[in-house]
Amino acid sequence: MSLLTVDSLNVRFQTPDGEVHAVRDLGFSLAPGETLGIVGESGSGKSQSMMSLIGLLASNGRAEGSARFDGTELIGMPLGALRKVRGRRIGMIFQDPMTSLNPYMTVFEQMSRVLVHHERLSRRESRKRCIELLDAVHIPEAAKRMDMYPHEFSGGMRQRVMIAAAMLCRPDLLIADEPTTALDVTVQAQILELMRDVRRDFGTAIILITHDLGVVAGLCERVLVMHRGEEKESGPVDDIFYRPQHPYTRALLAAVPRLDQAEISRLASLDEADEESAVERALIERREPDLDAPALLDVSDLRVHFKLAPETLLGKPRVLRAVNGVELELRPGETLGVVGESGCGKSTLARAVLRLVPATSGHISLLGEEITGKDKKEMRVHRRDMQVVFQDPLASLNPRMTVGDIVAEPLRTHFPSIPRREVRQKVEAILSRVGLGPEHVNRYPHEFSGGQCQRIGIARALVLEPKLVICDEPVSALDVSIQAQIVNLLMDLQAEMNLSLVFIAHDLAVVRHISHRIMVMYLGRVVEVADRVALYERPMHPYTQALIRAVPIPDPELERNKPHAPLHGDLPSPVDPPSGCAFRTRCPIAVGRCAVEIPELRQVGDHLVACHEA
Amino acid sequence: MSREMPLATVPAGKPDGGIEPVKGRSLWVDAWNVLRRNRAAVFAGGLILFMGVAVIIGPWLSPWAYDHTDWANTSIGPDWESRHYFGTDALGRDLFVRTLYGGRISLMIGVVATLVSLLIGISWGATAGYLGGRVDHVMMRIVDILYAMPFMFFVILLMVFFGRNIILIFVAIGAINWLDMARIVRGQTLSLKHKEFVEAAEAQGVATFNILRRHIVPNLLGVVVVYVTLTIPQVILVESFLSFLGLGVQEPMTSWGALVNEGAQEMGTAPWMLVFPAVFLALTLFCFNFVGDGLRDALDPKDR
Repeated sequence: MSLLTVDSLNVRFQTPDGEVHAVRDLGFSLAPGETLGIVGESGSGKSQSMMSLIGLLASNGRAEGSARFDGTELIGMPLGALRKVRGRRIGMIFQDPMTSLNPYMTVFEQMSRVLVHHERLSRRESRKRCIELLDAVHIPEAAKRMDMYPHEFSGGMRQRVMIAAAMLCRPDLLIADEPTTALDVTVQAQILELMRDVRRDFGTAIILITHDLGVVAGLCERVLVMHRGEEKESGPVDDIFYRPQHPYTRALLAAVPRLDQAEISRLASLDEADEESAVERALIERREPDLDAPALLDVSDLRVHFKLAPETLLGKPRVLRAVNGVELELRPGETLGVVGESGCGKSTLARAVLRLVPATSGHISLLGEEITGKDKKEMRVHRRDMQVVFQDPLASLNPRMTVGDIVAEPLRTHFPSIPRREVRQKVEAILSRVGLGPEHVNRYPHEFSGGQCQRIGIARALVLEPKLVICDEPVSALDVSIQAQIVNLLMDLQAEMNLSLVFIAHDLAVVRHISHRIMVMYLGRVVEVADRVALYERPMHPYTQALIRAVPIPDPELERNKPHAPLHGDLPSPVDPPSGCAFRTRCPIAVGRCAVEIPELRQVGDHLVACHEA
Repeated sequence: MSREMPLATVPAGKPDGGIEPVKGRSLWVDAWNVLRRNRAAVFAGGLILFMGVAVIIGPWLSPWAYDHTDWANTSIGPDWESRHYFGTDALGRDLFVRTLYGGRISLMIGVVATLVSLLIGISWGATAGYLGGRVDHVMMRIVDILYAMPFMFFVILLMVFFGRNIILIFVAIGAINWLDMARIVRGQTLSLKHKEFVEAAEAQGVATFNILRRHIVPNLLGVVVVYVTLTIPQVILVESFLSFLGLGVQEPMTSWGALVNEGAQEMGTAPWMLVFPAVFLALTLFCFNFVGDGLRDALDPKDR
């Protein structure tokens, strides 16, 4: 007896540009207590198919077909009846825990609404039930925290609250739409662990919608792969991962860099998936940087502190130590990966090196020349050698400038005298190098897809032929296949132009794929620096170890046998960091000394580690 | 992209196939092309131009002067024989000529005072917002101080010192109106300056002036244009209010505001005295609104 049977489900949207057939003939069934993963890229219809089940389609959408939930037909069910199912029988959690909680209501008020609506519980009873659930999702001091507002919780905590709220009425089915996408890996590991607990304790069936194959491998029993609104393949998780039949599935698997693979191969581009050709991972010939060459970028003891307004009127101003004594060296042609949770100061480090935020103290030298004290005018010469690619591809392009103007701007700024014709030639040359044609120069950024916008961003960074490009999460906002294309492009361009890259990302697998050396940051400090192979195989710092453990690997066997011991707690506030070693509050091996003494970065074997116990 | 959109992704960015050399275009050329296709805006713009021309050359087409009293025809309705096309007022002055004369003053005040407030407001607000810190503090406090001055008091003071003069009205209205503009522009700039494209421009070493000119101001225009379409009517109305108090245009010279005011008093006996200037005034305000809407859409590339 299956809990949910979906049969020939179709979802269509009426748009001004015509009808969009978002989901085509989708069918699957789900047994009670089973976990199904629906995998696909943006626009594959994976979210819309689930939204249609519980009647949450946008007003221009229409669902057809059949979806029987425990014997009742969901499609076409009147709203009143549907409301009795939502929340009580089917729970939902969404991607962004901040926007799905009402900022003006305390957590308890929001949670109790569900109970009052569905079970008509009294205030005291619902309070008891809420505390129970919040305890179950490991919210410390649930009774007290329940009366706080959502902004007083961290992202991970909010997602726990969402799960607790979804589980309040013990639903038979939990639909989780990208529940961990907005979270850090360590927090993601906590949430996934929690979902395993929920499944075990409540026997709830889960439909997990995600683009992350690693997450699916660790949590799901069955997988359904969607592409452009259609099911491409479905089956038990082992079959999908070890014996994928459909070329799209194979390509999707090949497009993801894997943390557990040392050799660097070209990531598959999904465009090839439509052809029946087998997707082989071609190994990339990689030039190793010359370690004896003088450093291109040398940063020593860099500190960036921000003054915050005092908490009380007459209080002392507080100081946020975003970057707190960072050293790094970069050789020509080298890629340095920088990883860490959000809030660890990696983006501030990038902005400080670029001199976009002023450094509080420390030295930065580029090509042997100190740039720390230079003013705006003096810096201009150096900016030619140092460029940046940002995270959000669309936001980093001025919406009111044409692509041609955007890419030409660095040229016009640094070489105002070169003639128009030459500017245009250079712009077209660099655009074609990143895979765009000359016909694109008159278009505006919003006419392009995310991946194309990122190519434009890269073209703008490279048009001056800089020596150093700092990439701040350049692929985090992109789909896996696009991510693969951009990573490949960056690696090709690096080889061609002998670029040095600082590659900042929170995705350890991508960083390992592209970098020569990797630097791990925690609360504004460097905790470990090592070669990409050494860092993964012999992580020395307990934080690095925890990070690597937290990354889900798209391999069900490995994920099943992996010890699930996620790092506990959240990143402490950088305004008020713990004394001594900042990591000690979450560290499994912390000793008394850690609370007193700040560990120095020291050489241990081929690693640089900042830990007393390493 | 992490969020899914239920909309079709327009197959943008696909190569067109043709390899003909592509000429560079700019935002302004593109905006003009879009604006030209917006019928309402083009029509409204045409009407404003026509009105502008009419108030300049129109008075010559009538045998009457704006201050001439035709004793034989006081308070008559529109009459072609005596060539009082819109009729006359209680003093026998020709309403057609007076409406056009009033239009000169009203349109001039509307356009000039708004341009002044645009120019000062945008540069002041954008500079304060973009530079931030102490500069921002000082610049905005100046705005606050000016805000605190009672407008009427300010106008009366000017009159007392410099005597009655239409130029003073321009100065007074312009000096007050740019304050709003500066505040709005500063607020927008604050949100724009942390956008990644502005950071990218800074990282390229683009000079501050060029960042303001190329990255900040064009992205402000949508809000500014809407605000301008609200300002022009407002300025025209403020002028009529001043005239009503006897601080603005002085008899026998007139403006639309003053004419509407006079007409309203005679509404029962001589409705034409209200209808003609009111129609001109309303039509102008409508037209400015349509042009403003058109401009806002034209300047936003996403709307094409």
